[in-house]
Amino acid sequence: MAPTDLLIGHPLSSKEHAKHALLYMWKIRKFEDAVEDLFGRGMMHGTMHLSVGQEASPTGVCMALKITDQITSTHRGHGHCIAKGADLTRMIAELLGKEIGYCGGRGGSMHIADVETGNLGANGIVAGGIPIATGAALASKLQKKENVVVSFFGDGALNEGAFHEAANMAAIWKLPVIFVCENNKYGMSNSTEKAFALENLADRGLGYGIPGVTVDGNDIVAVYEAAEQAVQTARNSGGPTLIECVTYRWKGHSRSDKNLYRTKEEIDEWKTKEPIAKFMSVIHEKNLLTQEEMDAVQRQATDEIIAAVNESVKAKAADPAGLEAAVFKAVM
Amino acid sequence: MLTMAEAVREAMTIAMEERPEVFLMGEDVGVYGGAFGVSAGMYEKFGADRVIDTPISELGYIGAAVGAALSGMRPIAEIQFSDFSAQAMDQIANQAAKIHFMLGGALHVPMVIRAPQGSGTGAAAQHSQIVENWFTNVPGLKVVVPSNPADAKGLLLSAIDDPNPVVFLEHKLLYKTPGWEPVPEGNARIPLGVSRVVRTGDDLTIVATGIMVKKSLEVAEKLSAEGIEATVIDPRTISPLDMSTTFESVDLTGRLLVVQEGPSHGGFINEVIAQVAGSHVFGSLKAPIKKLAGLNIPIPYAPQLEKAAVPQVEDIYVAANEIVKTWR
Repeated sequence: MAPTDLLIGHPLSSKEHAKHALLYMWKIRKFEDAVEDLFGRGMMHGTMHLSVGQEASPTGVCMALKITDQITSTHRGHGHCIAKGADLTRMIAELLGKEIGYCGGRGGSMHIADVETGNLGANGIVAGGIPIATGAALASKLQKKENVVVSFFGDGALNEGAFHEAANMAAIWKLPVIFVCENNKYGMSNSTEKAFALENLADRGLGYGIPGVTVDGNDIVAVYEAAEQAVQTARNSGGPTLIECVTYRWKGHSRSDKNLYRTKEEIDEWKTKEPIAKFMSVIHEKNLLTQEEMDAVQRQATDEIIAAVNESVKAKAADPAGLEAAVFKAVM
Repeated sequence: MLTMAEAVREAMTIAMEERPEVFLMGEDVGVYGGAFGVSAGMYEKFGADRVIDTPISELGYIGAAVGAALSGMRPIAEIQFSDFSAQAMDQIANQAAKIHFMLGGALHVPMVIRAPQGSGTGAAAQHSQIVENWFTNVPGLKVVVPSNPADAKGLLLSAIDDPNPVVFLEHKLLYKTPGWEPVPEGNARIPLGVSRVVRTGDDLTIVATGIMVKKSLEVAEKLSAEGIEATVIDPRTISPLDMSTTFESVDLTGRLLVVQEGPSHGGFINEVIAQVAGSHVFGSLKAPIKKLAGLNIPIPYAPQLEKAAVPQVEDIYVAANEIVKTWR
């Protein structure tokens, strides 16, 4: 059975769209909270990269995508997976090293892929997914398909050669790929002020003949509108767009981060600009949903995460048997 | 008799005629026909959508090949000189090789990276290295080192069929030379991971790859005239490595010489030796195992220096003689 599209369209175009946008942002937030909690209680191992505070960009971009459109994601990729429609139980189960996890416990947080929803995989290498997305877009063009590909990456990736080489190829071949840079202000500890001599990182597109757009990455409406236009351009053989979503990472880079490179005041200031509250105030202003309806959406997200955690905790642990046989796909 | 370049071209052409999802990409593979002429005429035959000239962006287009492979295509990506694969190593070693395993088998990467390797052209250190051991240390890659046109054709067809990433390393000195047997017509495949006994003899086993197979055969003929008969084994794929024929042969001959062009340290010959030493045929050995490899130096430029850096026919002859005559 072919998977069906998630709800596509402008987050303010109907009650359903507003609910969908809010629900997916809450799911991402609650998922990250649950992950942090499970780590804190020693139930998860390894490391984690949380995207709390950055929920608008995956949700807004994916509301412009069909299920057949593809994405590549990053080490901070839980939000992208969720927004594209991944199963929450299989995600949590993967982080818990369970057999039913997306990668059977072999990949963990940084390597979740979901073929059903067009997710070509998160990636532990900064900018690693950008040439891959470009190649998927080349395949779409060669196969005369209509799907587009979105590559999500952080500000740090814009300084990797992989971005430059892929952006150039996407431009010269007019490939249906959209580069979404989630500028959360820091590449681990290195601020964008230190790493770039540019005000708007989207200006990087100019050097490749690619339109660059900078939007408030905490405003899901602005994100959706930029993405929707880029998707249309890409689908109509107009080539790639670089979208910079300016946002902020509330949590440390990973579990070991002590936040020595920024102030508490800075973090607190960004918390006042957070995407969920921002969207709820717009919904309220437009009278799209009542407070009760918004509360119900939040509860639904919480319930879904709790159910996913409960089911995952009970699931069977991944088995080392068969690891060596899993390296190669069997030759038919 | 086809040359290696012609045999490789024939395999690519057959695969592209058989399957619409196969395409070739790389630097100057189109109108130019490839730096070594391997894809000559293919652009005219298949057009710009299937023989794609890329910018000089090894990381970018190898990554694009990975993405295309994940999305239903079967790219053949040519790297002009295998030394340049260092530019693309993230996409080869961290992406292509690991995706199937790491993502729990959800996706796989059916792609071939073809690249010429090896010395002998006066191109100096950055265009002459044997790079096969860069890849044999990465689980998830298959590594093929063809020694002659007939094998190159059948192995490349299998590599293109394979659902996994395959690194296919062609020795550039073999491009223009015919092999020792005609290249079969048609589309017959040679499975990956199956070694070949190229010649049989009871006195000595020589295991060699790539251009060293031809050199070893030359030595074997010379030894034969002197009453010494050597078995010559070509593993053909060094990852996965098929040791079965080597075990059988060493059990019979009791003498083993392993030859490679690249430096010994970290080379596939050490794996061959370790496996023999740890196997049931260890007790059959009548002589210490002999290994012959390139010097542990970057390939130098001047012809006499370049020649001194890698095993030559004379070196193989001396080594073979030594183990047979010293250990009767």
